Amino acid sequence: MSSQARVQTLFQEPACDLNQAKGENARKKGCSKPLTPGAAAGGCAFDGAKIVLQPVTDVAHLIHGPLACEGNSWDNRGAASSGPGLWRTSFTTDLTELDVVMGQGEKKLFKAIREIIEAHAPPAVFVYATCVTAMIGDDLDAVCFRASERFGTPVVPVHAPGFVGSKNLGNKLAGEALLDHVIGSHEPDDVGPMDVNILGEFNLAGEFWMVKPLLEKLGMRVRACVPGDARYLDIAAAHTARANMMVCSTALINLARKMEERWGIPYFEGSFYGVSDTSDALRQLATLLVREGAEKSLLDRTELLIAGEEARVWARLEPYRKRLAGKRVLLNTGGVKSWSVVAALQEIGIEIVGTSTKKSTDEDKERIKALLKDEKHAFDAMAPRDLYAMLAGGKADIMLSGGRTQFIALKAKTPWLDINQERHHPYAGYDGMVELVRQIDLALHNPIWADVRAPAPWDIPAAGKVAVRDGDADFVAASRKKFAATVADDMGEC
Amino acid sequence: MTKIIPVSKAASVNPLKSSQPLGAAFAYLGVAGAVPLFHGSQGCTSFALVLFVRHFKETIPLQTTAMDEVATVLGGADHLEEAILNLKARAKPAFIGVATTALVETRGEDFPGDLAAIRERRAADLDGTEIALAQTPDFDGAIEEGWSKAVVAMIDAIAGREPRVRRNPRRVNILPGSHLTVADVEHIRALVEAFGLEPVVFPDISGALDGTVPPRWIPTTYGGTSVDDIRSLGDAALTIAIGEQMRAPAERIQALTGVEYALFRQLYGLKAVDRFVTLLTELSGQSAPASVRRRRAQLQDALLDGHFHYSGKKIAIAAEPDLLYGLATFFVGMGAEIHAAVTTSGHSKALQHVPCEAVKVGDLGDFEAMAEGADLLVTHSHGRQASEQLGIPLMRVGFPIFDRLGSQHRLRVGYEGARNLIFEAANIFEGARSEVTPDSLNPFLNRETSHDRRQASANRQH
Repeated sequence: MSSQARVQTLFQEPACDLNQAKGENARKKGCSKPLTPGAAAGGCAFDGAKIVLQPVTDVAHLIHGPLACEGNSWDNRGAASSGPGLWRTSFTTDLTELDVVMGQGEKKLFKAIREIIEAHAPPAVFVYATCVTAMIGDDLDAVCFRASERFGTPVVPVHAPGFVGSKNLGNKLAGEALLDHVIGSHEPDDVGPMDVNILGEFNLAGEFWMVKPLLEKLGMRVRACVPGDARYLDIAAAHTARANMMVCSTALINLARKMEERWGIPYFEGSFYGVSDTSDALRQLATLLVREGAEKSLLDRTELLIAGEEARVWARLEPYRKRLAGKRVLLNTGGVKSWSVVAALQEIGIEIVGTSTKKSTDEDKERIKALLKDEKHAFDAMAPRDLYAMLAGGKADIMLSGGRTQFIALKAKTPWLDINQERHHPYAGYDGMVELVRQIDLALHNPIWADVRAPAPWDIPAAGKVAVRDGDADFVAASRKKFAATVADDMGEC
Repeated sequence: MTKIIPVSKAASVNPLKSSQPLGAAFAYLGVAGAVPLFHGSQGCTSFALVLFVRHFKETIPLQTTAMDEVATVLGGADHLEEAILNLKARAKPAFIGVATTALVETRGEDFPGDLAAIRERRAADLDGTEIALAQTPDFDGAIEEGWSKAVVAMIDAIAGREPRVRRNPRRVNILPGSHLTVADVEHIRALVEAFGLEPVVFPDISGALDGTVPPRWIPTTYGGTSVDDIRSLGDAALTIAIGEQMRAPAERIQALTGVEYALFRQLYGLKAVDRFVTLLTELSGQSAPASVRRRRAQLQDALLDGHFHYSGKKIAIAAEPDLLYGLATFFVGMGAEIHAAVTTSGHSKALQHVPCEAVKVGDLGDFEAMAEGADLLVTHSHGRQASEQLGIPLMRVGFPIFDRLGSQHRLRVGYEGARNLIFEAANIFEGARSEVTPDSLNPFLNRETSHDRRQASANRQH
């Protein structure tokens, strides 16, 4: 399939709820809004594909292109591995001018694959196209096919060059690569009725490890978590699971739907952020498994676990109620995270003064509206200047967002907490919610905020007189002594 | 002369390089009221932006012409024009610095011609904004080359349009290379000012990338060399270029305005700084002020105290040519030896002078293989994987440094910087010392592995 055809089928994805609302003609137009040169932000399709696939830990990820695509972006995300570290090693063909002009790209790629397989013997190599290699027409499929044959190792082409579209499109193209080349290529000998896949979970800061034990306690086995902490063979065997949970639906909805179509695996969309969402997710997984033939008692055991865990988490959140009640939070992030944490934050008295809905689906937006008192608090996207003005004007006590907008909050001298991919704290599951609230508390009550907002005491224009507080008298006396008998010239350049 | 070993493999493993357009954007960020603009797909900008933010922990103005598939086929001049006009309308910058990427360079268009046409056609819209364009495909060079090309492009576009020559005998152009930190640049400026001279630092990353909190939201850089200062580069008595990478820009200023230049390949260590101070003394006709003398005396003492820690140490360095040359010279000057030297590209003349047998053009994969047995790894933050693998401590230098705070405030040039540098590496050696054991010293053991560097270095301490 040509890459244009592939993109077209993704635009018409029937399970995408944005698409469901469109007429046939609108659907054909696709969903990529043209970017405005000079006023665009965000990653490209290649970025998106790499984000989805790179957390597969034991695979060698080889970027076929000039340096920038990999050299400026490797080892920069916080997914965690419980074993192999090969995914953190960066491989790129680092094309030179000569390679491009002489058309040596394909040969260099083939050689690079051989070098990697000889040195690291990975279970598979993922090869990513980039703008330049797509433009000069390197035949990735042919090279990968031939290398697979020659070296006896699966070599998977990923067709998501940057210029085909947005990061989100790249996410989905990565899902297509898994469907075309990986899932279903391995038949495990230990298939069971309690096998599940978790799709679109990235294991950032290791947070899936806060959830996995809950599933295991219920007797479920995670066949594959795609992509967080995944192994190649687990994904290759993902078609044998009995149920799929779709965590980040905007990224990989095509994967869930096509797995249902091809292998009859039912799926649901859920989230592990927030207390009630975590409980719902467990419930839905159990329901699907029972429907597919697991023992009915699973449902009761699930309710028992949920009741115990919820009681425990609310007891642990109780001490924060006093400290956080009435605090105003601005959520500036995409998709699922917005609404799934809102309910829990509100439960302990935090007020939501705004939430972005840029990446949210219509269903997400409905839920946000139901949760927020004032509909106006949901905004599509905010320009940096407006965001800064809102924060500098004291209209929120803290902003939760991704690293990209971090410095808007900090330069406005406003507490900020990272809830995107570069963060260091895990927020999933019941324990994760406690951790999130704890981090909000720590960020809000850090003693630096008073200091950093206060103007320099010697800079107050009050009638030429410098206000000296009691404690500072000694300091002033000491500095007078230090400078006694010197003139400015003596102090030189220091 | 040092041998330069070219790349020999197909798969680059753990790149040492950052891309050439990133280097160009870096230089543009050293101009006041600027917005750098990548002519390429939005990902080119996004990756560079994130990397800058991780290093500087600052808001970075960086935009894209957002080339898509259609524009890639039909040509990107419209996107370039639209981007420039949008930037002008939204951010009102004093300067827009364009860097081309591999995407548009592979397609190949007459970018300078396109830009000239845009400027002519849109003269009224673009009034008050200078624009420069550097051709910096990602498939060639790295930060140094991009930085150098961008500086040349700015000289041509701004200083070269109507070259001004009104000699001011106290004025000195300082052209720092991309490897100098904010603290380095501030220090050099203060040092030059201490002699009563008037330095114009270009590009000056110390104004906008030095971690300050501006009082309002500013969509461009909020510090750096002013466009006026670039326009009047020809007024200076002399240009001082720091790093081989700044030779081309210094030569361009000379060609356009006749201002001669002095090149300092590096400013790390006593001898190099002595040369620099000597030049300042001659230029200003003033003797060195007391503070400078005091710093020199402190450095002498640091050399005395510090040299014990360096003698016989094996240092592995991976860095861009100028930084590699400067640091290698420093370490060898302290009594250490260069065990492995890896760099990003083979073009720089500085490489021929690196005090070791050979310099490998390569990546951190090569570095990891060559560094085995070294006492210290010296490279940027991505060297942390090699450091973990080899169990050898890492000193972080260059770009990017994303897992340590305050890298832009590390002062390493001048007498004071050399003193810092001595203590910095010596403290790492101290922290990594392994205790001797009866077995490690037993003359009958370890005969097969008499080259075991770990034991030998433990023995050599004191």
